Amino acid sequence: MGLLNRLDDPFEGGGIILGKVEDLLNWGRSKSDWYLHFGLACCAIEFMALNASHFDFMRFGTIPRTSPRQADFIMITGTVTLKMADRIKILYEQMSEPKYVISIGSCSNCGGPYWEHGYHVLKGIDRIIPVDVYVPGCPPRPEAMEEGMIKLQKLIREQALFNGKDRIEELEAKKALKI
Amino acid sequence: MLANEIYEILKKEFGDGILEFKEEAPSDPYISVEPSKIFDICHTLRDSSELMFDYLMCLSGLDLGESLGIVYHLYSFKHTHKIVIKTTVPKETPTLPSVMHLWRTADWHEREAFDLYGMIFSGHDNLIRILLPYDWEGYPMRKDYNEPEEYHGMRVPY
Repeated sequence: MGLLNRLDDPFEGGGIILGKVEDLLNWGRSKSDWYLHFGLACCAIEFMALNASHFDFMRFGTIPRTSPRQADFIMITGTVTLKMADRIKILYEQMSEPKYVISIGSCSNCGGPYWEHGYHVLKGIDRIIPVDVYVPGCPPRPEAMEEGMIKLQKLIREQALFNGKDRIEELEAKKALKI
Repeated sequence: MLANEIYEILKKEFGDGILEFKEEAPSDPYISVEPSKIFDICHTLRDSSELMFDYLMCLSGLDLGESLGIVYHLYSFKHTHKIVIKTTVPKETPTLPSVMHLWRTADWHEREAFDLYGMIFSGHDNLIRILLPYDWEGYPMRKDYNEPEEYHGMRVPY
Protein backbone atom coordinates (compact mmCIF):
# COMPACT_ATOMS: atom_id res chain seq x y z
CA MET A 1 0.00 0.00 0.00
CA GLY A 2 1.23 3.49 -0.69
CA LEU A 3 0.32 6.96 0.41
CA LEU A 4 -0.33 9.36 -2.43
CA ASN A 5 -0.94 13.00 -1.66
CA ARG A 6 -2.11 15.46 -4.24
CA LEU A 7 0.88 16.31 -6.36
CA ASP A 8 0.02 19.97 -6.60
CA ASP A 9 -0.48 20.31 -2.85
CA PRO A 10 1.31 17.51 -1.08
CA PHE A 11 0.85 18.83 2.45
CA GLU A 12 -2.82 19.58 2.33
CA GLY A 13 -3.81 16.61 4.41
CA GLY A 14 -6.49 13.99 3.81
CA GLY A 15 -4.32 11.86 1.58
CA ILE A 16 -5.34 8.84 -0.43
CA ILE A 17 -4.27 5.33 0.37
CA LEU A 18 -3.76 3.10 -2.62
CA GLY A 19 -3.74 -0.63 -2.23
CA LYS A 20 -5.41 -3.91 -2.92
CA VAL A 21 -8.66 -4.86 -1.20
CA GLU A 22 -7.11 -8.25 -0.69
CA ASP A 23 -4.29 -6.78 1.35
CA LEU A 24 -6.70 -4.77 3.45
CA LEU A 25 -8.89 -7.79 4.15
CA ASN A 26 -5.92 -9.99 4.90
CA TRP A 27 -4.47 -7.34 7.19
CA GLY A 28 -7.75 -7.26 9.08
CA ARG A 29 -8.09 -11.02 9.18
CA SER A 30 -4.56 -11.55 10.39
CA LYS A 31 -5.05 -9.15 13.30
CA SER A 32 -8.32 -10.60 14.59
CA ASP A 33 -8.02 -14.34 14.70
CA TRP A 34 -10.34 -16.11 17.03
CA TYR A 35 -9.26 -19.48 18.12
CA LEU A 36 -10.64 -22.72 19.41
CA HIS A 37 -8.25 -24.01 22.02
CA PHE A 38 -7.87 -27.75 22.24
CA GLY A 39 -5.69 -28.31 25.30
CA LEU A 40 -4.80 -31.93 25.91
CA ALA A 41 -1.63 -32.17 27.98
CA CYS A 42 1.28 -30.21 29.46
CA CYS A 43 1.49 -27.92 26.40
CA ALA A 44 -1.84 -26.54 27.55
CA ILE A 45 -0.19 -25.51 30.83
CA GLU A 46 2.35 -23.48 28.84
CA PHE A 47 -0.55 -22.11 26.88
CA MET A 48 -2.11 -20.86 30.13
CA ALA A 49 1.11 -18.92 30.73
CA LEU A 50 0.85 -17.53 27.22
CA ASN A 51 -2.69 -16.37 27.90
CA ALA A 52 -1.83 -14.77 31.23
CA SER A 53 -0.75 -11.15 31.61
CA HIS A 54 3.00 -11.71 31.32
CA PHE A 55 2.87 -12.88 27.70
CA ASP A 56 -0.61 -11.55 26.93
CA PHE A 57 -1.66 -13.60 23.91
CA MET A 58 -4.65 -11.31 23.30
CA ARG A 59 -2.40 -8.53 22.01
CA PHE A 60 -2.26 -10.51 18.76
CA GLY A 61 -6.00 -9.91 18.43
CA THR A 62 -6.80 -13.47 19.35
CA ILE A 63 -9.90 -14.22 21.38
CA PRO A 64 -10.60 -17.68 22.74
CA ARG A 65 -13.89 -19.16 21.56
CA THR A 66 -15.66 -22.16 22.96
CA SER A 67 -17.41 -23.02 19.71
CA PRO A 68 -15.76 -24.22 16.50
CA ARG A 69 -18.35 -22.26 14.49
CA GLN A 70 -16.87 -18.96 15.67
CA ALA A 71 -13.21 -19.90 15.41
CA ASP A 72 -10.71 -18.98 12.69
CA PHE A 73 -8.08 -21.41 13.81
CA ILE A 74 -7.70 -24.31 16.17
CA MET A 75 -4.73 -24.82 18.46
CA ILE A 76 -3.93 -28.42 19.21
CA THR A 77 -1.79 -28.35 22.36
CA GLY A 78 -0.83 -31.76 23.63
CA THR A 79 -0.90 -35.51 23.16
CA VAL A 80 -3.58 -36.54 20.71
CA THR A 81 -4.89 -39.96 21.68
CA LEU A 82 -6.77 -42.01 19.12
CA LYS A 83 -9.92 -41.60 21.19
CA MET A 84 -9.55 -37.82 21.02
CA ALA A 85 -8.51 -37.80 17.34
CA ASP A 86 -12.09 -38.63 16.30
CA ARG A 87 -13.35 -35.61 18.26
CA ILE A 88 -10.70 -33.31 16.77
CA LYS A 89 -11.72 -34.36 13.28
CA ILE A 90 -15.36 -33.51 14.05
CA LEU A 91 -14.43 -30.12 15.54
CA TYR A 92 -12.23 -29.26 12.57
CA GLU A 93 -15.00 -30.14 10.15
CA GLN A 94 -17.42 -27.93 12.09
CA MET A 95 -15.19 -24.87 11.67
CA SER A 96 -16.07 -22.53 8.84
CA GLU A 97 -13.63 -21.68 6.06
CA PRO A 98 -11.12 -20.14 5.98
CA LYS A 99 -9.70 -22.21 8.81
CA TYR A 100 -6.20 -22.83 10.07
CA VAL A 101 -4.49 -25.25 12.39
CA ILE A 102 -1.57 -24.63 14.75
CA SER A 103 -0.02 -27.79 16.08
CA ILE A 104 1.83 -27.13 19.32
CA GLY A 105 4.38 -29.45 20.85
CA SER A 106 6.15 -32.63 19.80
CA CYS A 107 3.18 -34.86 20.64
CA SER A 108 0.77 -33.29 18.23
CA ASN A 109 3.52 -32.73 15.65
CA CYS A 110 4.75 -36.32 15.47
CA GLY A 111 3.76 -38.36 18.53
CA GLY A 112 6.59 -37.02 20.70
CA PRO A 113 7.83 -39.39 23.41
CA TYR A 114 5.03 -41.82 22.52
CA TRP A 115 6.29 -42.43 19.02
CA GLU A 116 7.38 -46.04 19.62
CA HIS A 117 5.26 -47.62 22.34
CA GLY A 118 2.24 -45.35 22.28
CA TYR A 119 -0.41 -47.78 21.10
CA HIS A 120 -3.05 -45.17 21.95
CA VAL A 121 -1.38 -42.03 20.50
CA LEU A 122 -1.86 -40.55 17.06
CA LYS A 123 1.63 -39.99 15.65
CA GLY A 124 1.08 -36.48 14.38
CA ILE A 125 -2.10 -34.48 14.00
CA ASP A 126 -1.32 -33.99 10.30
CA ARG A 127 -2.50 -37.55 9.74
CA ILE A 128 -6.10 -36.40 10.17
CA ILE A 129 -6.23 -32.63 9.54
CA PRO A 130 -4.00 -30.26 7.50
CA VAL A 131 -1.61 -28.26 9.68
CA ASP A 132 -0.51 -24.71 8.83
CA VAL A 133 2.03 -24.02 11.56
CA TYR A 134 4.04 -26.48 13.63
CA VAL A 135 5.56 -25.32 16.91
CA PRO A 136 8.26 -27.72 18.14
CA GLY A 137 9.14 -28.23 21.79
CA CYS A 138 8.25 -30.48 24.68
CA PRO A 139 6.50 -28.37 25.78
CA PRO A 140 7.36 -25.21 23.80
CA ARG A 141 7.86 -22.04 25.78
CA PRO A 142 5.23 -19.30 25.40
CA GLU A 143 7.67 -17.34 23.22
CA ALA A 144 7.71 -20.22 20.75
CA MET A 145 3.93 -20.25 20.64
CA GLU A 146 4.00 -16.50 19.99
CA GLU A 147 6.32 -17.09 17.08
CA GLY A 148 3.88 -19.69 15.78
CA MET A 149 1.13 -17.10 15.98
CA ILE A 150 3.28 -14.57 14.10
CA LYS A 151 3.94 -17.21 11.44
CA LEU A 152 0.22 -17.82 11.09
CA GLN A 153 -0.45 -14.07 10.78
CA LYS A 154 2.16 -13.87 8.05
CA LEU A 155 0.56 -16.81 6.27
CA ILE A 156 -2.87 -15.19 6.41
CA ARG A 157 -1.51 -11.80 5.31
CA GLU A 158 0.01 -13.29 2.18
CA GLN A 159 -2.88 -15.50 1.29
CA ALA A 160 -4.57 -15.02 -2.09
CA LEU A 161 -8.29 -14.42 -1.70
CA PHE A 162 -9.68 -13.45 -5.09
CA ASN A 163 -7.65 -15.09 -7.82
CA GLY A 164 -9.34 -18.44 -7.41
CA LYS A 165 -6.21 -20.28 -6.48
CA ASP A 166 -6.73 -23.47 -4.63
CA ARG A 167 -5.63 -23.11 -1.04
CA ILE A 168 -3.68 -26.35 -1.04
CA GLU A 169 -1.74 -25.26 -4.11
CA GLU A 170 -1.02 -21.99 -2.44
CA LEU A 171 0.16 -23.66 0.75
CA GLU A 172 2.55 -25.77 -1.24
CA ALA A 173 3.93 -22.71 -2.96
CA LYS A 174 4.39 -21.15 0.49
CA LYS A 175 6.19 -24.23 1.69
CA ALA A 176 8.63 -23.95 -1.19
CA LEU A 177 9.32 -20.35 -0.17
CA LYS A 178 9.82 -21.49 3.46
CA ILE A 179 7.43 -18.96 4.95
CA MET B 1 -2.92 -54.55 64.59
CA LEU B 2 0.12 -56.19 63.01
CA ALA B 3 0.07 -58.00 59.69
CA ASN B 4 0.68 -61.44 61.21
CA GLU B 5 -2.24 -60.97 63.61
CA ILE B 6 -4.49 -60.09 60.68
CA TYR B 7 -3.23 -63.19 58.92
CA GLU B 8 -4.04 -65.36 61.96
CA ILE B 9 -7.60 -64.06 62.09
CA LEU B 10 -8.13 -64.72 58.37
CA LYS B 11 -6.48 -68.15 58.53
CA LYS B 12 -8.76 -69.17 61.39
CA GLU B 13 -11.85 -68.14 59.47
CA PHE B 14 -11.02 -69.19 55.89
CA GLY B 15 -8.45 -71.99 56.25
CA ASP B 16 -7.49 -73.15 52.77
CA GLY B 17 -8.74 -69.93 51.17
CA ILE B 18 -5.63 -68.20 52.55
CA LEU B 19 -2.58 -69.35 50.63
CA GLU B 20 0.48 -67.50 51.83
CA PHE B 21 1.68 -64.80 54.17
CA LYS B 22 4.86 -62.84 53.51
CA GLU B 23 6.28 -60.31 55.89
CA GLU B 24 9.81 -59.57 54.68
CA ALA B 25 10.92 -56.19 53.45
CA PRO B 26 11.16 -54.39 51.05
CA SER B 27 7.48 -54.76 50.15
CA ASP B 28 4.59 -54.30 52.56
CA PRO B 29 3.52 -57.55 54.26
CA TYR B 30 0.95 -59.25 52.09
CA ILE B 31 -1.47 -62.16 52.20
CA SER B 32 -2.12 -64.32 49.11
CA VAL B 33 -5.64 -65.66 48.85
CA GLU B 34 -7.85 -67.81 46.60
CA PRO B 35 -9.53 -65.62 43.93
CA SER B 36 -12.93 -67.29 44.41
CA LYS B 37 -12.98 -66.33 48.12
CA ILE B 38 -11.97 -62.72 47.60
CA PHE B 39 -15.41 -61.23 48.25
CA ASP B 40 -15.94 -63.13 51.51
CA ILE B 41 -12.44 -62.34 52.73
CA CYS B 42 -12.84 -58.65 51.92
CA HIS B 43 -16.24 -58.66 53.60
CA THR B 44 -14.66 -59.98 56.79
CA LEU B 45 -11.81 -57.50 56.50
CA ARG B 46 -14.24 -54.64 56.23
CA ASP B 47 -16.88 -55.60 58.79
CA SER B 48 -15.08 -57.53 61.51
CA SER B 49 -14.82 -55.24 64.55
CA GLU B 50 -11.10 -55.79 65.15
CA LEU B 51 -10.13 -55.34 61.48
CA MET B 52 -12.47 -52.61 60.14
CA PHE B 53 -10.71 -51.98 56.81
CA ASP B 54 -12.97 -49.17 55.70
CA TYR B 55 -10.73 -47.79 52.97
CA LEU B 56 -9.56 -49.45 49.76
CA MET B 57 -6.49 -47.39 48.92
CA CYS B 58 -5.80 -49.00 45.59
CA LEU B 59 -6.77 -51.93 43.43
CA SER B 60 -4.11 -52.84 40.88
CA GLY B 61 -3.71 -55.33 38.08
CA LEU B 62 -0.57 -57.24 37.10
CA ASP B 63 0.55 -59.45 34.26
CA LEU B 64 2.53 -62.33 35.74
CA GLY B 65 3.11 -64.25 32.53
CA GLU B 66 0.73 -67.21 32.58
CA SER B 67 -1.63 -65.60 35.10
CA LEU B 68 -2.99 -62.18 36.01
CA GLY B 69 -2.59 -60.69 39.45
CA ILE B 70 -4.89 -58.40 41.41
CA VAL B 71 -3.61 -56.48 44.44
CA TYR B 72 -5.75 -54.80 47.08
CA HIS B 73 -4.18 -52.19 49.38
CA LEU B 74 -6.40 -51.76 52.42
CA TYR B 75 -6.31 -49.26 55.26
CA SER B 76 -8.35 -48.83 58.40
CA PHE B 77 -9.05 -45.32 59.64
CA LYS B 78 -10.49 -46.79 62.84
CA HIS B 79 -7.42 -48.86 63.83
CA THR B 80 -4.84 -47.14 61.57
CA HIS B 81 -3.43 -50.41 60.29
CA LYS B 82 -3.01 -51.60 56.76
CA ILE B 83 -2.63 -54.81 54.79
CA VAL B 84 -2.05 -55.92 51.21
CA ILE B 85 -4.14 -58.74 49.74
CA LYS B 86 -2.92 -60.45 46.57
CA THR B 87 -4.61 -62.96 44.33
CA THR B 88 -4.03 -64.45 40.87
CA VAL B 89 -6.35 -65.71 38.15
CA PRO B 90 -5.42 -67.77 35.07
CA LYS B 91 -5.27 -65.84 31.79
CA GLU B 92 -7.73 -68.15 30.03
CA THR B 93 -10.50 -67.68 32.62
CA PRO B 94 -9.70 -64.42 34.41
CA THR B 95 -12.87 -64.29 36.49
CA LEU B 96 -13.10 -63.30 40.14
CA PRO B 97 -15.76 -61.72 42.38
CA SER B 98 -16.07 -57.95 42.41
CA VAL B 99 -15.62 -55.97 45.63
CA MET B 100 -17.48 -52.98 44.21
CA HIS B 101 -20.32 -53.42 46.70
CA LEU B 102 -17.90 -53.31 49.64
CA TRP B 103 -15.93 -50.21 48.62
CA ARG B 104 -17.26 -47.85 45.96
CA THR B 105 -13.64 -47.04 45.08
CA ALA B 106 -13.44 -50.47 43.50
CA ASP B 107 -16.02 -49.45 40.87
CA TRP B 108 -13.63 -47.45 38.66
CA HIS B 109 -10.52 -49.34 39.75
CA GLU B 110 -12.02 -52.63 38.60
CA ARG B 111 -13.15 -51.03 35.35
CA GLU B 112 -9.60 -49.82 34.77
CA ALA B 113 -8.14 -53.28 35.52
CA PHE B 114 -10.69 -54.77 33.13
CA ASP B 115 -9.89 -52.15 30.52
CA LEU B 116 -6.13 -52.72 30.52
CA TYR B 117 -5.73 -56.35 31.69
CA GLY B 118 -9.05 -57.99 30.90
CA MET B 119 -10.03 -59.42 34.28
CA ILE B 120 -13.74 -60.13 34.56
CA PHE B 121 -15.07 -58.95 37.90
CA SER B 122 -18.31 -60.87 38.30
CA GLY B 123 -20.95 -58.94 40.22
CA HIS B 124 -19.73 -55.56 38.96
CA ASP B 125 -22.74 -53.46 37.91
CA ASN B 126 -21.12 -51.63 35.01
CA LEU B 127 -18.02 -53.43 33.79
CA ILE B 128 -17.23 -51.41 30.65
CA ARG B 129 -14.03 -49.78 29.43
CA ILE B 130 -13.11 -46.60 31.29
CA LEU B 131 -10.03 -45.18 29.51
CA LEU B 132 -9.90 -46.70 26.05
CA PRO B 133 -12.67 -46.30 23.48
CA TYR B 134 -15.56 -48.75 23.83
CA ASP B 135 -14.75 -50.43 20.50
CA TRP B 136 -11.09 -51.03 21.34
CA GLU B 137 -9.86 -54.60 20.87
CA GLY B 138 -7.47 -56.33 23.24
CA TYR B 139 -5.99 -55.44 26.62
CA PRO B 140 -2.94 -53.19 26.12
CA MET B 141 -1.13 -53.70 29.45
CA ARG B 142 -0.78 -57.43 28.89
CA LYS B 143 2.77 -58.33 27.97
CA ASP B 144 1.75 -60.29 24.87
CA TYR B 145 -0.25 -57.36 23.47
CA ASN B 146 0.49 -56.21 19.94
CA GLU B 147 -0.49 -52.68 18.99
CA PRO B 148 -3.06 -52.42 16.21
CA GLU B 149 -2.09 -51.37 12.70
CA GLU B 150 -5.10 -49.13 12.26
CA TYR B 151 -7.87 -47.55 14.31
CA HIS B 152 -10.86 -45.85 12.61
CA GLY B 153 -8.80 -45.41 9.44
CA MET B 154 -5.88 -43.82 11.27
CA ARG B 155 -2.54 -45.60 11.08
CA VAL B 156 -1.23 -46.33 14.57
CA PRO B 157 2.50 -47.18 14.16
CA TYR B 158 4.92 -44.31 13.64
